[in-house]
Amino acid sequence: MNTIDVDRSLCDNHGQCAIAAPAVFRMNAEGILEYEATVEDALLDEVEEAIDVCPVQAIFLKN
Amino acid sequence: MARRIIVAGASMGGLRAAEQLRAAGWDEEIVVVGDEAHPPYNRPPLSKELLAAPGSAEEALASVLLRQRRSAADIQWRLGTAVAAADLAARTVTLAGGEELAYDGLVVATGLRPARVPVPGPRHGRHVIRRLEDALGLHRELAPGARVVVVGSGFIGCEAAATAVSLGCRVTLVEGSGGPMERPLGKRLSDGVRSFLRRRGVKCVPQQRVVEFLAGDAAGGYDDGTHLRCAGVRLADGTEVPADVVIEAVGSHPNTEWLRGNGLDLSDGVLCDGSLRVVGAGHVVAVGDIARYPDRRTGTGARRVEHWATPADTAKIAAPALVAGLNGTGAPEPAAPLPSFWTDIFAVRIQGVGSPAPADRIDVLEGDPDRPEDGAALGYYRAGRLIGAVTSALPADKQLHYRRLVTDAGIPADSRLAAV
Repeated sequence: MNTIDVDRSLCDNHGQCAIAAPAVFRMNAEGILEYEATVEDALLDEVEEAIDVCPVQAIFLKN
Repeated sequence: MARRIIVAGASMGGLRAAEQLRAAGWDEEIVVVGDEAHPPYNRPPLSKELLAAPGSAEEALASVLLRQRRSAADIQWRLGTAVAAADLAARTVTLAGGEELAYDGLVVATGLRPARVPVPGPRHGRHVIRRLEDALGLHRELAPGARVVVVGSGFIGCEAAATAVSLGCRVTLVEGSGGPMERPLGKRLSDGVRSFLRRRGVKCVPQQRVVEFLAGDAAGGYDDGTHLRCAGVRLADGTEVPADVVIEAVGSHPNTEWLRGNGLDLSDGVLCDGSLRVVGAGHVVAVGDIARYPDRRTGTGARRVEHWATPADTAKIAAPALVAGLNGTGAPEPAAPLPSFWTDIFAVRIQGVGSPAPADRIDVLEGDPDRPEDGAALGYYRAGRLIGAVTSALPADKQLHYRRLVTDAGIPADSRLAAV
């Protein structure tokens, strides 16, 4: 299983991950990131895109 | 013998290109060559968080190094080595030390360097912000009470001005011919940003340019034997603005000199087609803000995009196109990436999507652009179609909402197949 961890001390709620991988990351009505803690292999490409586009490199993937 | 792709340029664009070559199935050699001293790192903090509080040089570097995909583990890095020349017909590049390297495919990712203000005056005491060392050196001079003149009011100039004020400096912003971030934001919001900067203590000087750097005596002199340092600026109207620190933030030049002599269009970056293939060259693509490619969303012809997201956006198009060319397979249909950008000024985030610059109409969608710190959104239209949106001090879900509106407005039918 693939585990996603977002370092909340780095996350600045830019929202770029929610564009790259909307099935995994979304911004709630307050503009705060919500995300799936585990993802299936089929979503790994999207997650890698989200990691790339995070301006503060706050997203970590463990698999 | 394994085939080789050379990536010229070892900053973010070079890294993203190499990663996307692997993602496109290229499992042969990749050599990344660039004059950068450090592995690829993230530049936006250099005018913001890192400039405000860098810590030690080691801590500063660690805080901005880009994490690399696992697929990049077997890429060969030649850091600290500039590419000096290329012979595209012979498919070779020449490195700064004279070494010649043959390639099967080439990625142009040598990026930009800061432009300088082309007027007379001492060189010492003038700063640009591009490399990590630039930011570290500038930080040491931004002492409380220091008089700082920032020349140029684009993203970096505005960010540096705000950071310097936050460090207790007295800051004058010589805006130049356009207002604060006027090209990406348009005049309406630019005027609002100027009001905001002034409320936070930046002395903005609109519609003025620098005609001379003033000379002052440097205590002790410099290693090169000179003893004059920049002590301020003279403006076009004759006003003298004394300064302890001068920051030049007047744009940048594409690093294309090494490509000269190959018959390419290097008039502004390197001219590419919609798949980022360099026009007039075989098996050469460009990645990052050096690439000038057709903007199919606005239908306004080829242009360079100087945003943080550009290296990743262009690498995703260029890498599969290069690999397809080398393997003799059909090139994939090029995507039309939707540009996005952001800036943080005194903790107020301004986010943009699309291409606001070529707009012929700007509408206020919500809030008051004269008070960008209190929340505002603007829509940018060309021929009645929404081509961009900018939000200021609004939560990210608002930005996503407006992004969807720009995406839904689509690509004009007559530019879908537009050539260069």
